[in-house]
Amino acid sequence: MRAGRRAQARTAARSAWAPAAAVALLGVLLALATPRMALAVDSNPPLPTPQLQQRYLALTHQFRCLVCEDESLADSPASAAADMRGVIHGLVLKGDTQQQVRDYMVSRYGDVILFRPPVVWRNAWLWGAPPALMIVGLIVAWRVLAARRRLVDEDDGLTTDETLGS
Amino acid sequence: MKLKRSLLPLAGFALLLVVLVVGLVHSPDKDLIPSPLIGKAAPQFKVANLFAGQGPVSSAALAGHWSLVNVWGSWCVSCREEHSTLLMIKQQGRVPIIGIDWDDNDANAMQWLQQLGDPYQQVGTDPDGHVAVNWGVYGAPESFLVNPRGMVVYKQIGAMTPEIWQHEFLARIGPADVGGAGAAASGGATATGDGTPAAGRSGT
Repeated sequence: MRAGRRAQARTAARSAWAPAAAVALLGVLLALATPRMALAVDSNPPLPTPQLQQRYLALTHQFRCLVCEDESLADSPASAAADMRGVIHGLVLKGDTQQQVRDYMVSRYGDVILFRPPVVWRNAWLWGAPPALMIVGLIVAWRVLAARRRLVDEDDGLTTDETLGS
Repeated sequence: MKLKRSLLPLAGFALLLVVLVVGLVHSPDKDLIPSPLIGKAAPQFKVANLFAGQGPVSSAALAGHWSLVNVWGSWCVSCREEHSTLLMIKQQGRVPIIGIDWDDNDANAMQWLQQLGDPYQQVGTDPDGHVAVNWGVYGAPESFLVNPRGMVVYKQIGAMTPEIWQHEFLARIGPADVGGAGAAASGGATATGDGTPAAGRSGT
């Protein structure tokens, strides 16, 4: 029968195309999933050793770009950020440690430049408030639960209350 | 007792509201980041003069008298806005202005000074921003008041206005004889300041 053969041919064609389509789809998905490496905003040449380069990258990710506050220096295309990267690059090349570079940047821009504010007394409220609030929340939750449990314990007659009510 | 307990969340909410409103009203402009350099020695620098053929511009120019260090660039819109105030400050003659031309192109900067007037005693170039970063600059214009002992006393972020100059800068400098020292220091430099646009013009 012609119709049957046509259907057979169609399935044959489909089965031939299906793997190719799957591979293509997989390719597209992989391409989409790959991190966008081409976004490099940093024009500084790589430092001579991988160790220094790593120190440099770690540093540029720690500092806030002050003109575009929620971006790190590493990600910001702002020219002020490029200047700061240039300075950090020079300091790392000169052999400064991470701590030395951090101290330098903070001495110029203040703690604001750090994404992670230092744990010092001045910032005690900043670091202390979240755990303190959480403890308060836990105490409140504990007491509410305890009260509810007491109610349930006392209220054996709940069902009778309900039957009374209805 | 029952009533009190039911009011508790409301009270908590009210407290939160008060804290947030106080925080909103009292918080300083988040764009203005106070400089940790205030009260400290002005960072040193030695950079090329914008006007080729003149000696380098260095922090030595700040010694012994009040000075205004102004970080600017021809790309900076607010710098154009404050320019007339800087010219006024120059005319007043109380304090010499040292310019740091930040992230800029020399030709554009010289054209800017020719067109708008040159308020600076000297202009140093900072094409890669090393001086700007060392002074904690993150946006132009920024202006620093440096006292005769070479200490940063005040920083203005954003355009200078006659009011700010009067209330934040002159008020700190005081009415004393400082003008004499500034004038003495800028005596020779005023001549170069006037001569430089000509040099720049012949250069371009």
